[in-house]
Amino acid sequence: MSVHVPIFAMFIIAFLIGLGFLAVSVFLGPKRLSKQKLDPFDCGNPPLGTPRIPVSIKYYVVAILFILFDVEAVFLYVWAIVFKELGLFGFIEMLVFILILVGGLAYVWRKGALEWE
Amino acid sequence: MAEGIILAVKIAIAVLFVLNLAGLLTWAERRQSAFMQDRLGPNRANVFGVTLIGLLHPVADGIKMMMKEDFVPAGADRIVHTLAPFIALFPAFVAFAVIPFGDRLPIFGYEVNLVVSEINVGLLFVVAVMSLAIFGVFLGGWASNNKWSLLGALRSAAQMISYEVTLGLTIIGVLMVYQSLRLDEIVRAQGDLLFGFIPKWGIVTQPLGFLLFFAAAMAETKRTPFDLPEGESEIVAGYFLEYSGMKWGMFFMGEFAEIVVIAGVVTSLFLGGWQIPWVSTAALLSVFPGWLVALIQIGVFSVKVVILCWLQLTVRWTLPRFRYDQLMRLGWKMLLPISLANIFVTGAVILLIQHFKGV
Repeated sequence: MSVHVPIFAMFIIAFLIGLGFLAVSVFLGPKRLSKQKLDPFDCGNPPLGTPRIPVSIKYYVVAILFILFDVEAVFLYVWAIVFKELGLFGFIEMLVFILILVGGLAYVWRKGALEWE
Repeated sequence: MAEGIILAVKIAIAVLFVLNLAGLLTWAERRQSAFMQDRLGPNRANVFGVTLIGLLHPVADGIKMMMKEDFVPAGADRIVHTLAPFIALFPAFVAFAVIPFGDRLPIFGYEVNLVVSEINVGLLFVVAVMSLAIFGVFLGGWASNNKWSLLGALRSAAQMISYEVTLGLTIIGVLMVYQSLRLDEIVRAQGDLLFGFIPKWGIVTQPLGFLLFFAAAMAETKRTPFDLPEGESEIVAGYFLEYSGMKWGMFFMGEFAEIVVIAGVVTSLFLGGWQIPWVSTAALLSVFPGWLVALIQIGVFSVKVVILCWLQLTVRWTLPRFRYDQLMRLGWKMLLPISLANIFVTGAVILLIQHFKGV
């Protein structure tokens, strides 16, 4: 049996559990909807304006930084697995790579992209 | 045929483990928080007067949530709104497929490896699947057509991806020590002894990694002190504000299932998984039959997981909530540089050891 069969079986089971919960929530409860009940919650007031508005640019910057560092982590995974075989050479090579990224982090830091005042 | 039955049993153990422990944790959290605040906590639900110190409350809660009205607010994206709790719950179950709860044992004549799947990218799979949970939270908050939900969704997305970086980088230290992505092999490697008497657990070889990973993982679960996405006192309930009934329950379940999974991963990476210190599987097998050894190892694994769950609950009820700038500062300016330094130190130490051993 392939090692992927158990994973798929697990996917199917988790899928069915989630689907079961969803079905239960949709079909079991009462349905007494009214205009007021369907209004988005706004602390008891009639909702003001729309939530579909532009958001702070800072979230966007965080997302970009995340991609940078997560891609870095993906490179490191492969390297870490064979680290003991690569020895000193691999270590220094990766050190250069990490230092470049630390340089990037330092740049972002100094530019104030990580400030949330 | 036999393989199919073994697989079914293993999946049943994994799924029931998560489901039951998650249910139990909802009770444990309320009960524990009550004791910490000098209250009694839920102890009233009963069947014919039998209360079982409140243990029936999770069941009562489940029934209550199922019978509640389910609604989608006006102007919300119906499909995404319905799909979001599903995406939030799904990863927690799937991630448990690669967490080992026992060694490779001979049980009733079959060679059984007590882990659902043996894929060779196990740890990567856990990280990948766990980060899917961000989608559930973010889509749920965005689709609700509510300002508070949107704020909660934004906060949670930014927070989770910030700590995801630390999470990913901390694991690398562990990988460097154990040289495998398979969690069952990592746990097996932790059975060795360091200097002949210290168990080679992750917490010994990677003490800093343990702290970093645990902190980042707690941030991933979005619980106090990292509960800014929910922030009851500022944005009402954040991303699941517009959810009711079992859909809300799925977010709730997902959160607790995630606690269990994180406890499972931390146990496997840092606390030796099913390993009993100084007692190898071979030693156990020489005394007990295979099925009893399996039960013992599952028991040991469960005890460690439960202790870590308890630790997470305790932290939640001990610490106050961060401010957003503190949260980001902790993630990007403290945990991230320290985790990079951890990789460097780990590498240097391993090379030094190799050098002095003359390998």
